[in-house]
Amino acid sequence: MEKNMESVFSKFTGQRHELIQILQKIQEEFGYLSDEQIANVSEFTKVPKSKVYGVATFYEQFRFSPIGKNHIMLCRGTACHVKGAPRILDEIENQLKIKTGETTPDGEYSLEAVACIGCCALAPCIMINNEVKANLTPDEVKNLFKKN
Amino acid sequence: MDLENVMNKAKKGWAELYSGKTPLILIGAATCGKSAGAAKVKEIFTEETKKRNIECNIMEVGCIGMCYAEPLICIKKSDDPLVCYGNITPEKALEIINSHLENDNPVSEYALGTIGKGTLKDIPELHETPVLKNQVRIVLNNCGIISPSEISHYFANNGYKGLIKALQQKPADIIEQVRESGLRGRGGAGFPTWKKWQICRDTKADKKFLICNADEGDPGAFMNRSLIESDPHSLIEGMIISAYAIGANTGYIYCRAEYPLALARLDLAIKQAENLNLLGDNILGSGFDFTIKVKEGAGAFVCGEETALIASIEGERGMPCPRPPFPAVKGLWGKPTIINNVETLATVSRIFQKDAKWFAQYGTDKSKGTKTFALAGEIKRTGLIEVPLGITLKTIIYDIGGGIPEDKEFKAVQTGGPSGGCVPKELLDIPVDYDSLVEAGTIMGSGGLVVMNENTCMVDVARYFIDFTQKESCGKCVPCRLGNKQLFRILDDITKGKADKKDIDMLKKLGQNIKATSLCGLGQTSPNPVLTTIRYFKNEYDAHIEKKCPAKVCKGLISFEIDPEKCTGCHICFKACPTDAIIGKPKETHLIIQEKCIQCGICYESCPDKFNAINVFSSRN
Repeated sequence: MEKNMESVFSKFTGQRHELIQILQKIQEEFGYLSDEQIANVSEFTKVPKSKVYGVATFYEQFRFSPIGKNHIMLCRGTACHVKGAPRILDEIENQLKIKTGETTPDGEYSLEAVACIGCCALAPCIMINNEVKANLTPDEVKNLFKKN
Repeated sequence: MDLENVMNKAKKGWAELYSGKTPLILIGAATCGKSAGAAKVKEIFTEETKKRNIECNIMEVGCIGMCYAEPLICIKKSDDPLVCYGNITPEKALEIINSHLENDNPVSEYALGTIGKGTLKDIPELHETPVLKNQVRIVLNNCGIISPSEISHYFANNGYKGLIKALQQKPADIIEQVRESGLRGRGGAGFPTWKKWQICRDTKADKKFLICNADEGDPGAFMNRSLIESDPHSLIEGMIISAYAIGANTGYIYCRAEYPLALARLDLAIKQAENLNLLGDNILGSGFDFTIKVKEGAGAFVCGEETALIASIEGERGMPCPRPPFPAVKGLWGKPTIINNVETLATVSRIFQKDAKWFAQYGTDKSKGTKTFALAGEIKRTGLIEVPLGITLKTIIYDIGGGIPEDKEFKAVQTGGPSGGCVPKELLDIPVDYDSLVEAGTIMGSGGLVVMNENTCMVDVARYFIDFTQKESCGKCVPCRLGNKQLFRILDDITKGKADKKDIDMLKKLGQNIKATSLCGLGQTSPNPVLTTIRYFKNEYDAHIEKKCPAKVCKGLISFEIDPEKCTGCHICFKACPTDAIIGKPKETHLIIQEKCIQCGICYESCPDKFNAINVFSSRN
């Protein structure tokens, strides 16, 4: 088992109800959940690997492959939808040449659509690495990803 | 130091802070303020005042609710009332520093209004402006005024006085007062709060739990985020009172992981409360023990359903169970559990800070008190508002919200998120209360209000919501799992012009069946957006059957054309088109090859406003 995994587990007792928090912690540390890590969690919590997968795949938050350096979350909330989020999405996909759920080949950006960032008053918005960009227009999207 | 001393000290400190002797600058720094550029504004104030040797206190506060005017700052100086400024840019910030801070001359041009005693020339009193005049701020009264990181600010504004009062009473008396207040659950269905508590209180068990649902899953709603980011202690105080009333010693706050700032402020507030024995063992010597743990939700809309939320806290897949038994009898780990929404619990703290009768004076006979709403979409003044129940939608949208931008035509307002429905113009006069909204085919929900204008396609909106619910369906029961998928397929066909009249009847029939037979609240309400749009906007469905999208939204039906009269051959659209569907040489008129066009609208967006040469049509020619 990797050393970092031990440090993650040291914060928990291994009880069943900690399962989601453990998975969250691992994803926070490593960016995603690998098959090996899922096996480690199964051992630690005594929950069968299939069940760990069952829980992990149920929730939107968990990823099973690495993400890019910059994590873009596009809000697909109602206010954003009404204020033109589909066009923002088109433009981001067009600029980065990837689809939702994918990562650019150079590993710089990954694009994900999420339920709602809760910034509806300033729709449409996206979140890049925990920072919200609000009141976006397709034109501004172009500038966001301009290579320096 | 005992609590009384701490509270007295807090009161003094607060009076000093707001005395105006040292100028006080408040920076709105909830998520909306931050994303609008509050950090930059704060930096300017910090650096400039330092450079100019202006002594002042700069304080980050939460959200005052006027998100449309973010970034927002307020200045309290000398005996003047607090002056609230909106839409602050770096240039405006410098002007305010020059004029207001250095020369005692508030900049009326940028001021939204004043708060507190006294008046200023050319600046209205904020509570007399249309935005606030119709509001009654009970739960939100501290938001944007106090620092969410300072428990002393909460103390100075009657904070925890409700708890002290409550701990001196018997739990039964507390439940009685909540009954008197008429408070109903603010999370959706509006079940009387006291009744739920009573059921839990009456169930005998060695352990009981209290859960606060802060998983605000409705897309289009942000009341809970704003409240926690601005005034976390009002939630904690409400939780302690509730736990004492039902006899729970452990509480959980189930909060979305997408709200990092709210989570951070919550953690800090819990630690502060623990340090002063407002949480922990033998709270304030009452013999009552209570601790609060925060659980981060992992992103599942269905966890708004009580039994699914409980499964999630237990570390399972968030799948609901049939009820009864209700969680108040058999919930978390099989023990009696109360689940209340953030606003419900924060309201409890206010009811005990004052009294039940005072709260019950607001609202209608069956829906008492106030309710917060998140105003968003095609409306001038977006933001977080709090109004007495029974107010009309018209007052909310036109007086508080200022109407529709660019004087476009109002089409509908969506309430209750994916479980709610769309209310048309004809019903704008109905009162906003639990029962009237149900009659209109929608629900109160947690308080999201998304306004739509003539450019919104109602069939597209229905498709959008069903796409959301069919993805969020947990898959346990067949009507929801498969029924919503079918609803989506039919709607998708309609938006692509591939459906006929019979399909609309099928939507209705299927929708009613899903409502009647689904296991939990998600499926029982998911067809509401479809059924209400068919009920009120049937003409739009009919148009789509005839292969027309009147709002010019549905990609499968609309078309784009270049106006040869207006096109100057600037070549911008040519370069922007992702499918090479545009032909034409620079300085010559361009043309869209319809067979190649995917209706993405990028050319329309890229055509410079001064030419405006691309037309959108509601159908294919």
